Amino acid sequence: MNQNKSLYHAVLHLGDNALILGHRLSEWCGHGPVLEQDIAMTNISLDLIGQARMYLDYAGKLTGENKNEDDLAYRRDVLDFKNFLITEIPNGDFADTIARQFFFDQWNVLYTKALMESKDETLSAIANKAHKEVSYHQRWSSEWVIRLGDGTAESKEKIQRGIDDAWMFTGEMFTQTDEEKALVAEGILPDAAALKAQWEEEIKRLLSEATLVMPTDNFMQSGGKEGVHTEYLGFILAEMQYLPRAYPDAQW
Amino acid sequence: MVAADSLISQAWEALNKVEDPEIPVVSVVELGIVRDVIERNGELEVNITPTYSGCPATQVIEEMVIEALHNAKLEPFKVNTVLSPPWSTDLISDEGKRKLKEYGIAPPEDESIDKKALMGEERQVTCPNCGSNNTHMVSQFGSTPCKSHFKCKECLEPFDYFKCL
Repeated sequence: MNQNKSLYHAVLHLGDNALILGHRLSEWCGHGPVLEQDIAMTNISLDLIGQARMYLDYAGKLTGENKNEDDLAYRRDVLDFKNFLITEIPNGDFADTIARQFFFDQWNVLYTKALMESKDETLSAIANKAHKEVSYHQRWSSEWVIRLGDGTAESKEKIQRGIDDAWMFTGEMFTQTDEEKALVAEGILPDAAALKAQWEEEIKRLLSEATLVMPTDNFMQSGGKEGVHTEYLGFILAEMQYLPRAYPDAQW
Repeated sequence: MVAADSLISQAWEALNKVEDPEIPVVSVVELGIVRDVIERNGELEVNITPTYSGCPATQVIEEMVIEALHNAKLEPFKVNTVLSPPWSTDLISDEGKRKLKEYGIAPPEDESIDKKALMGEERQVTCPNCGSNNTHMVSQFGSTPCKSHFKCKECLEPFDYFKCL
């Protein structure tokens, strides 16, 4: 039972990352700087929400209470959400969104690749599917970091600020709870801490290509996985959950 | 009692007529969405697989598959969603690729070619309108999750390219 509960929490965490970042990106719909990039951000949003459905559907089955993905997305409150803080910070301007996506995508590519080796068949299947899509995201956000960094003085200043501001939310991606450590030992989850060096190396290489400065600050925010969120998550949930809570059985 | 093989062939026949809701020239069978049709103790089991995780048509396709099997009076049947092995554009049949091209969507090239493109190498995509290889990717994201946006430098027409997964 305990193993089941730990696994439930871990799957919720992965689903919540995809759901909340997917929702954030959907806020760009109709507001992108140019049509192609508006479409790119909403496509990535769709991919992430699709991935969230797969994770949350599985999490629902692990509860043993016949919960579905909608119950988990729409009928949980802030303290029960386990997403990384980086997924809930506001979009800011285009450069802020790119910086946030850049850090997250680099992590997601490494994580889903490692998760394919999971001994849990469902997680491995979801990771296999997600990894290919996430590779497209990573390519897009990396290209934009380079283009903005090595662009005009203004674009460079904006993306550097975005990178600096989002940096303190990246430490959390490589920390593990005791529950997660137990699942790592069983071969169900990849060892996130072991991905850190490769992540840093990739980020460093791309930032250097973008002629940007890699942040060195060691202070990191954390708490997402324990349900300790920024003030922003409540506002996201208020918007996302309003309709299903006000009209619980609403159908298209 | 209907023999199992005829039950299965009737199911395939019905499924062959289910068109993709977004690209109504190809069937869900040609797209590789229908993985398997099996018969177990007189009950049909149809395994389908989602394409792109974010594809909004996935649910519609499942409903259309159920409707087609119902209309062909193939009850009792069960439709399962299978995730593994993941769907890939390699599963699209040659006939499906030909129809895509005819419809104006450049069909996915061999997956290995696309992996190269993913690593930043130049991707060779043939224009579905004039057949030229002198094409250029405008954006890797297009009008639906399964398409990238391209432009032909010869005939100057924009076109969709079915994104490799």
